[in-house]
Amino acid sequence: MAFDSWHAFLAMGGHAAYVWSAYGVTLLLLAGVGLHVRLERRQLWRRLQRQARREQRPVRRAQEGRSP
Amino acid sequence: MMWAFLHKLASPQGFYALSARLSPWCWGLAACLIGGGMIWGLGFAPADYQQGNSFRIIYVHVPAALLAQSIYVAMALAGLVFLVWRVKLADMAATAMAPLGAGMTFLALFSGAVWGVPTWGTWWQWDARLTSMLILLFLYIGVLALRGALGTRQSAARAASVLTLVGVINIPIIKYSVEWWYTLHQPATFSVTSRPAMPAEMWLPLLVMVLGFYCLFLAVTLTRTRHEILRREASRRWVQALTGEGP
Repeated sequence: MAFDSWHAFLAMGGHAAYVWSAYGVTLLLLAGVGLHVRLERRQLWRRLQRQARREQRPVRRAQEGRSP
Repeated sequence: MMWAFLHKLASPQGFYALSARLSPWCWGLAACLIGGGMIWGLGFAPADYQQGNSFRIIYVHVPAALLAQSIYVAMALAGLVFLVWRVKLADMAATAMAPLGAGMTFLALFSGAVWGVPTWGTWWQWDARLTSMLILLFLYIGVLALRGALGTRQSAARAASVLTLVGVINIPIIKYSVEWWYTLHQPATFSVTSRPAMPAEMWLPLLVMVLGFYCLFLAVTLTRTRHEILRREASRRWVQALTGEGP
């Protein structure tokens, strides 16, 4: 551990504003990437299923049994 | 056999199956490496004797900057494969990686600016490295805007590939900017051929972060290329056969 206490860790030797803003924006960006990919996936699947229902194709498991 | 494997991989269906198998591992590995690397770099790596704790910004700045350039090169290679051999999958991959590349370029610029305040006394200067990275951000935005405006048409793919390939000239400029015009940004801290100029406690967490970011790149590209297949090939029978299985 490079710090003596939690307080020292949070203070970052007076550089708290710089260190925490850089890491904060990094975490926000990474969370955003994860969320975006997840939402995109759900939206695409909804669209495919709507399309299947519209064309009155049975919405069922694939014959080959391969998972997507 | 190698050729048959490549051929299967370049087909959307073959790629889809392989990607679905690989991507969960990439996501998991990326989460572990980035999470571990961040804790290591923030709490356990020693502070720099000159810069103090602001030095810890290196653990997000360097991986972001590396990825920003690597993703661009990967996008340009995909663009070349698409233009020369008309492999649709290559264009789908290029589409899939562009937003992450733009995000990483922004992150490199932001973390660099924040690091610059305590280290250089300024958050921005028209230094060659900083300027060429800003141009990289504009190139990414240009590619994204072009695709956004033209949708999934063939013309969008061609225009975006050409723009990406023209912009690749910026990559060696970024790389050598710190040697050709050494004004503010210091030259590369690490190289493949020589020993790192810092103790292992300092560069090991950086290595973990860099590996984690590359895993993330792989995970995002594999997953979003699959999305791009679902988007563009929705009328294919094999894609339709996937419905009903859920996401």
